[in-house]
Amino acid sequence: MIKAILIFNNHGKPRLSKFYEHYTEDMEQQIIRETFHLVSKRDENVCNFLEGGLLIGGSDNKLIYRHYATLYFVFCVDSSESELGILDLIQVFVETLDKCFENVCELDLIFHMDKVHNILAEMVMGGMVLETNMNEIITQVDAQNKMEKSEAGIAGAPARAVSAVKNMNLPEIPRNINIGDISIKVPNLPSFK
Amino acid sequence: MSDVVEKTLTALPGLLSLDSQPGAAKLSATSRLGTLVRSITELTSKNEEEKLIKKELAAIKEQVSSPNTTLKQMKEIMVRAIYCEMLGYEASFTYIHAIKLAQQGSVLEKRVGYLAVSLFLHECHDLLLLLVNTVLKDLQSTNLIEVCMALTVVSQIFPKDMIPAVLPLVEDKLTHCKEIIRRKAVLALYKFYLIAPNQVQHIHDKFRRALCDKDPGVMTASLHIYLQLVKERPESYRDLTESFVTILKQVVGGKLPVDFNYHSVPAPWLQMQLLRILALLGKEHQRTSEMMYEVLDESLRRAEINHNITYAILYECVKTIYTIHPKSELLEKAAKCIGKFVLSPKINLKYLGLKALTYVVQQDPNLALQHQMTIIECLDHTDPIIKRETLELLYRITNSQNVSVIVEKMLDFLQQSKDEYTTIDLVGKLFPISCHTYAPDNSWFIQTMNAIFSMGGDVMQRDIPNNFLRLLAEGFDSDEEDRQLRLLAVDSYLLLLQRDTSGLPQRFLQVISWVLGEFSFLKEGLEPGEVVGQLTKVLDHDAITVETCCWVLAAMSKLCGTDCALHRAEKVAQRYAGCLDTVLRQQTVELELLGRDLDLRTRVLPQHSVRDHLEVDSSLSFLDGFVSDALACGAAPYKPPHQRQEELSQEKILNYEPYGLSLPISLSACNLTDRQSPTALSLSSGLSGNSAEPSLKAGSNSLKLEGVKRVWGKQGYLPEKEPPDEALALEPSSFLAPSPQQGAAESHQTVVSPTIEQDQEKRQLASSLFVGLGSQNTPCLMGKPETSSQRFRRKARPEEFSAISKSPAVSSVFSSSNSAMDDLLDDVVSEPIGVCPLVEPAVVQNHSDSMSDAVPAVDATELVVASEAPVSSLTGGSMPLGQLSSQLGQDLESSLASHLPGLLSGLLRSGIEELCSGEGLSLSACKVYDDDALVLAIFLSNTSDSSIQEVSCLLSSEQLQLKGLDESSCSFTELKGHGVAVSLYRLVMEAPSTQAMVRGSVSVGSQATQSFSLTLSLVDFIRPLPLTTEQYGRMWLSFSHDVKQNLRLLEDEEVLLDSAVTALKEKLRLHIVDVIGPEGILACQLVPERPCLLHCHAQGGTLVLWLRSPGADLPDCLLYHCQKAIQER
Repeated sequence: MIKAILIFNNHGKPRLSKFYEHYTEDMEQQIIRETFHLVSKRDENVCNFLEGGLLIGGSDNKLIYRHYATLYFVFCVDSSESELGILDLIQVFVETLDKCFENVCELDLIFHMDKVHNILAEMVMGGMVLETNMNEIITQVDAQNKMEKSEAGIAGAPARAVSAVKNMNLPEIPRNINIGDISIKVPNLPSFK
Repeated sequence: MSDVVEKTLTALPGLLSLDSQPGAAKLSATSRLGTLVRSITELTSKNEEEKLIKKELAAIKEQVSSPNTTLKQMKEIMVRAIYCEMLGYEASFTYIHAIKLAQQGSVLEKRVGYLAVSLFLHECHDLLLLLVNTVLKDLQSTNLIEVCMALTVVSQIFPKDMIPAVLPLVEDKLTHCKEIIRRKAVLALYKFYLIAPNQVQHIHDKFRRALCDKDPGVMTASLHIYLQLVKERPESYRDLTESFVTILKQVVGGKLPVDFNYHSVPAPWLQMQLLRILALLGKEHQRTSEMMYEVLDESLRRAEINHNITYAILYECVKTIYTIHPKSELLEKAAKCIGKFVLSPKINLKYLGLKALTYVVQQDPNLALQHQMTIIECLDHTDPIIKRETLELLYRITNSQNVSVIVEKMLDFLQQSKDEYTTIDLVGKLFPISCHTYAPDNSWFIQTMNAIFSMGGDVMQRDIPNNFLRLLAEGFDSDEEDRQLRLLAVDSYLLLLQRDTSGLPQRFLQVISWVLGEFSFLKEGLEPGEVVGQLTKVLDHDAITVETCCWVLAAMSKLCGTDCALHRAEKVAQRYAGCLDTVLRQQTVELELLGRDLDLRTRVLPQHSVRDHLEVDSSLSFLDGFVSDALACGAAPYKPPHQRQEELSQEKILNYEPYGLSLPISLSACNLTDRQSPTALSLSSGLSGNSAEPSLKAGSNSLKLEGVKRVWGKQGYLPEKEPPDEALALEPSSFLAPSPQQGAAESHQTVVSPTIEQDQEKRQLASSLFVGLGSQNTPCLMGKPETSSQRFRRKARPEEFSAISKSPAVSSVFSSSNSAMDDLLDDVVSEPIGVCPLVEPAVVQNHSDSMSDAVPAVDATELVVASEAPVSSLTGGSMPLGQLSSQLGQDLESSLASHLPGLLSGLLRSGIEELCSGEGLSLSACKVYDDDALVLAIFLSNTSDSSIQEVSCLLSSEQLQLKGLDESSCSFTELKGHGVAVSLYRLVMEAPSTQAMVRGSVSVGSQATQSFSLTLSLVDFIRPLPLTTEQYGRMWLSFSHDVKQNLRLLEDEEVLLDSAVTALKEKLRLHIVDVIGPEGILACQLVPERPCLLHCHAQGGTLVLWLRSPGADLPDCLLYHCQKAIQER
């Protein structure tokens, strides 16, 4: 089970935190600090797994993290999860963010926190992996965003007019990009303290 | 046509402006949040940040309370609040607004509202109550997105007691047409299963349907549930193995749509999940394992492409292969795979390779041998994580030849590591391997321990120093060696104290002072005054804690044998005479007193004293007199802390039940508001007063509760002896065994004491982190057989034996009736029959001739009773005993029933079922439902012609407690040819659970010959509780733990209640208190004396079950059986 998903930048500023088990607020902050402390002192060329972290589960706890430019993505999981599986899940998550925000950067995570949470909710539910297919996740998120638009008042208009307006607003038709070997691709995240 | 165009054109500007509005709003939100973020990043100190956020929060507070704030603005405010909370600043005043937003907003705002709720609130938060209605509404919504949001929030934060409210709706979603909804519903149910397994017991069928869902996504989600279920009870799900194998085969074979591919690997996460489930299923089960060999082979073969995710699958595959019943061909391939991992230049794979090696090294030591060089390289790896994993691997292969090298490496690592977790973990491993089995010699041992103590510092587990001291104190096999070891310790510590001691951890100083106090007399020519002087120096450091001071002073009290020492010690004592810490002061006073009075000291602190076994009366029985005096004077009986806590929290607890429908009519008359009214609450708590069980006084006198006499509660001491009638039943009288008491006592000693001793040793081993089995069986890396035995094994204490043999030797061999028993019998018989008129007539009994010889002289009256004894029909359902053919059952019934002791023959009992048989001994069992316990009668029948000597039958259970009639064994010195012996066990269920396992074994002589296991259901421990409606009403109010469940049964209302109540009565033996209109109330108790009340209400096609009890688990577990009973009608 996934116990927590944390994103913080190189300075330890939290950018997203989602806990799937209940901790007090103080504890959550301590966990973030401890995790940052553990992860930040690791070199670049070491493995992406860590054990320990006394606050969140002790010996049954694994930290699996990836470091992209300015951001650390850390998943705290228990011993039943597969290390490599989670590692690729982080990759899927980041790629999805990249696609939803078109070249995601740290700023996107701050200003669209709610969207990031929504994307995450489509991937992981109650600590369990729900969906791992990027296209599927994006479809779900898009469906909700469409809802958002229709909420904004399009719903009542004639269908053709709607499509006209939509096309006006969205000059770009969604691109169908075929990504090659993603494991080497690092999304470009401009530095932002 | 033009009309349409015109309309469109006129509508367009409006649309555009509408559309631009949210954009603008978003912009402003962005800018507000943006300003906040920007100003935060510009700050240089934490202090300033705090100030800024405080200001921001104040602004938010103002905004949310303003009536003019629109929902849209509220949404932005929520995002800002989330941001502040994430930074660790509390914004609790926004919580209620988050709930409001989720309630009132349109989809978009709702989403933010739900998000905020799931981030802010947790399962124990009071405000959650306000969310229930919103969630219920959204679950029923036609808007998919709303349903999705509701399901997500339900799985995230809903607590146990709110589940019943949403369960039916979530269940319905399993048949929803959209796969995404089904998938989320499955995960929500999984979450429910984790929190409250009993509440979703009835939908296991639906889980199976989810597993067979046509959408692979739903099937994948259902695997989460199955992984959990299989983990808990693999044997119940072995029948699904084939399905899992088929699914995996299809996935591996690429039968899934391409959408499920990830880097052209078909559904890798699904594969991993399946492999994990298969590992659990095939563990220690050959036949199941055989079914999966083929697909595992296929998986290994297919996963050849070099991508991370294929390695992930391979890793799971290897783990599965090594977990299930081994097949050499597969093992070979898996070993090759591990090699690929270990030798990989990619560091992640290397790490996993080492992990896999650690996992398999016990089974296959050669594998470690193959990768020797890589392992050595990894020891010097730059990544500390890799290093630690390597040490973990080495730890598993430690033996007496390599121990010093491995310990050295570990100590090196310990020195470099500053991480607390690593230190605790490593010290925990170092201690056992360096002292347990492998220590090459004494001085090495002491030196290593010194290093461990000085590096482990004060973070190591507490029991490590304690265990070390115990090792020194209790010694080993040879006295000479003990002396040498102690002397070495004293020498090395004196040396340490001469140097600078300021850097030594407190724990180490405590160890040093204890050892010096206890053993420094061993060193010849050492003046105690000198030692006291050294210890005084320790006290001079500033960093020393009060605890360490106490240890040092205690050591000094032992040392003041000479004038010089006494003088020095007293000087020290003076220093602390005025200190405020009571423990330290006590120690000081003791030191002074003992120093002056030599006689007293030798009596209190004799040398060598540690070797003597201290008798500790943990039950504090010497206080009995005091307690009973106090009770007689009206003091409240003792309540254990957890109970006090429970009662406190009960008073605060909120009732989540909606008003109305579920309130029993009979009760509503006396108290309409139920527990929600504070006055009612105080009234009921006033009623129950301070008594240990709130039900005691409210309950009827028919409950026979002991009340005040229960002085020390469950675990503590109960001064009352067993009631006299039970004591009578204990009296064994035998025809077969000439002196059963003596015989039983003997075999008691031989059979029981080793197990108890083993038990104790096990505990000892576990607590001191001696990895007993692991290191004992550790294969030798060098290929030489292991020679050294366990050095530091504890000696067995003679006291243990004697203590056991003192316990009353009890066994009932063919208990015959005597006059006293007959009297008792009359009492017992009348009651259960009166209470349970719904039992089947007894099976006709025929005594077979061969048996009747062995049957004790049974007088006529008893025979009549025995044949009239009702045989219950309760064997169905979860009881595996009931699977035998009726023919066999009849035979057993007729041949064995008469062997039941007269005392029990009047009681309701189950049929007799065979447990196991072999080697001339056949075992059968029968459950007798006594008033205050379940009596399990085990019939040992000798099927051969020759007699069997020294037969004994041992029973054990983790969940159940044996009490009364017997200790834990029944043994018989002799069992004649075709003879039958009966062992009786009284069982009670202290902690309610839906079912419990009893394991037993039969041994002949000292060899165990047969073992059996039996599953007992909670129902076996449930007895009817006769109550009047009034008593019921009073008790209902005083009970605080309840569960409620709606059962949809689609039956006619009138028939429904009747048939349900009857089913409950027949199958669970509940007592029907009253049936009024569409409501019925029933009562029962879990023996001994834990009442549970049930209220059912038929509404349309739904039956609302509501259970209440003073304890938390009982209603939960009973509800499960009620559901089953009603659904299986």
